[in-house]
Amino acid sequence: MDTTVEQQRFDELIAADSRIEPRDWMPEAYRKTLVRQISQHAHSEIIGMQPEANWITRAPSLKRKAILMAKVQDEAGHGLYLYSAAQTLGVTRDAMTEALLAGKARYSSIFNYPTPTWADMGAIGWLVDGAAICNQVPLCRASYGPYGRAMVRICKEESFHQRQGFEILLELMNGTDAQREMAQDAVNRWYWPSLMMFGPPDDDSPNSAQSMAWNIKRFSNDELRNRFVEMLVPQAAVLGITLPDPELRLDADGKVVAMSEIDWTEFHEVLAGNGPCNAQRIQHRRQAHEDGAWVREAAAAYAAKQRTAEKAA
Amino acid sequence: MTTPGADENEAWPLWEVFVRANRGLSHVHVGSLHAPDADLAIRNARDVYTRRNEGVSIWVVPAEAITTSDPDARDAFFESPAGKNYRHARYYDKAEGVKHL
Repeated sequence: MDTTVEQQRFDELIAADSRIEPRDWMPEAYRKTLVRQISQHAHSEIIGMQPEANWITRAPSLKRKAILMAKVQDEAGHGLYLYSAAQTLGVTRDAMTEALLAGKARYSSIFNYPTPTWADMGAIGWLVDGAAICNQVPLCRASYGPYGRAMVRICKEESFHQRQGFEILLELMNGTDAQREMAQDAVNRWYWPSLMMFGPPDDDSPNSAQSMAWNIKRFSNDELRNRFVEMLVPQAAVLGITLPDPELRLDADGKVVAMSEIDWTEFHEVLAGNGPCNAQRIQHRRQAHEDGAWVREAAAAYAAKQRTAEKAA
Repeated sequence: MTTPGADENEAWPLWEVFVRANRGLSHVHVGSLHAPDADLAIRNARDVYTRRNEGVSIWVVPAEAITTSDPDARDAFFESPAGKNYRHARYYDKAEGVKHL
């Protein structure tokens, strides 16, 4: 096969583990993969504000309310970093938003689960943000420069999210029987969905090989999932919480040797739109987008008016 | 190929954001954002890029006001310093061991 000079230059940069920047030539498939992955990631941050925003008004103290607001504001910021990174690939913010609202773009299946109790704020921080960090740390070295740089900023901020979640669970575990039960119940509900966040098993992950060849992805889904479980086990011991997998076994070095089969039917059902909250999440996002339309229009009109006034002056 | 800031489809122009972490340091590029005008770009940059005391001053610059060197011509453009390592102090190794030099 003939390779063009541009393709050759791109291949050399990837082989040298260097970075691709917005104005470099890149294969169309590479660009498309990145747009899909980065915009999905951005949508996940934005939709991910909802399960926690649900508890802002009912947080048990002023301190917890302030922390939760800071965390939800971080998620909005992370969404913006990622939308900006995707925009450097030539896709517009409006096009991404429309794809999300039309149900054409995906976001992480995890945010389609409900948050009925305060302990869910703890379980989300510890398990969901924990899994996200495991996934995201290797992405800081992704071959596309703007994506890697966005991930560096995000990872710095995420560790607060995970620690505050752990602390919520620890406080509940040191509380009454009812509080301990609530914490265990939340972990029981979030444990499996958080493991699904790493994506399908390696033998059923068709895009992984190409993403690894392009240095976008650095480790396989199963490698990262096992690494995550290996971190959780000693943390669960500190909490005094039980991970809901009777088959889970680690060897003497703390490496996973056995765990139960993940319910992939549930994963595919939630991705297909049949999770407990899919419809509600998109409906809420659409409503917020429509409610904010007048603000965007007013800001644009004001800016236009100012420009005209400047010209006249 | 897209040039940042020159996209007709984006409703709001692109701004590049520079933050000064402290007095005595340069403003450093931290990222970009879209905003309808300079005032909102500054406010949004504060919310997006300085939530944890990252800065004491922010610059926003319309991306279209930035002229860049041609990335395709970079090899020829930056050729001049190549092979001129006598411009670096470590080229002069005869003084090895001599103090304060």
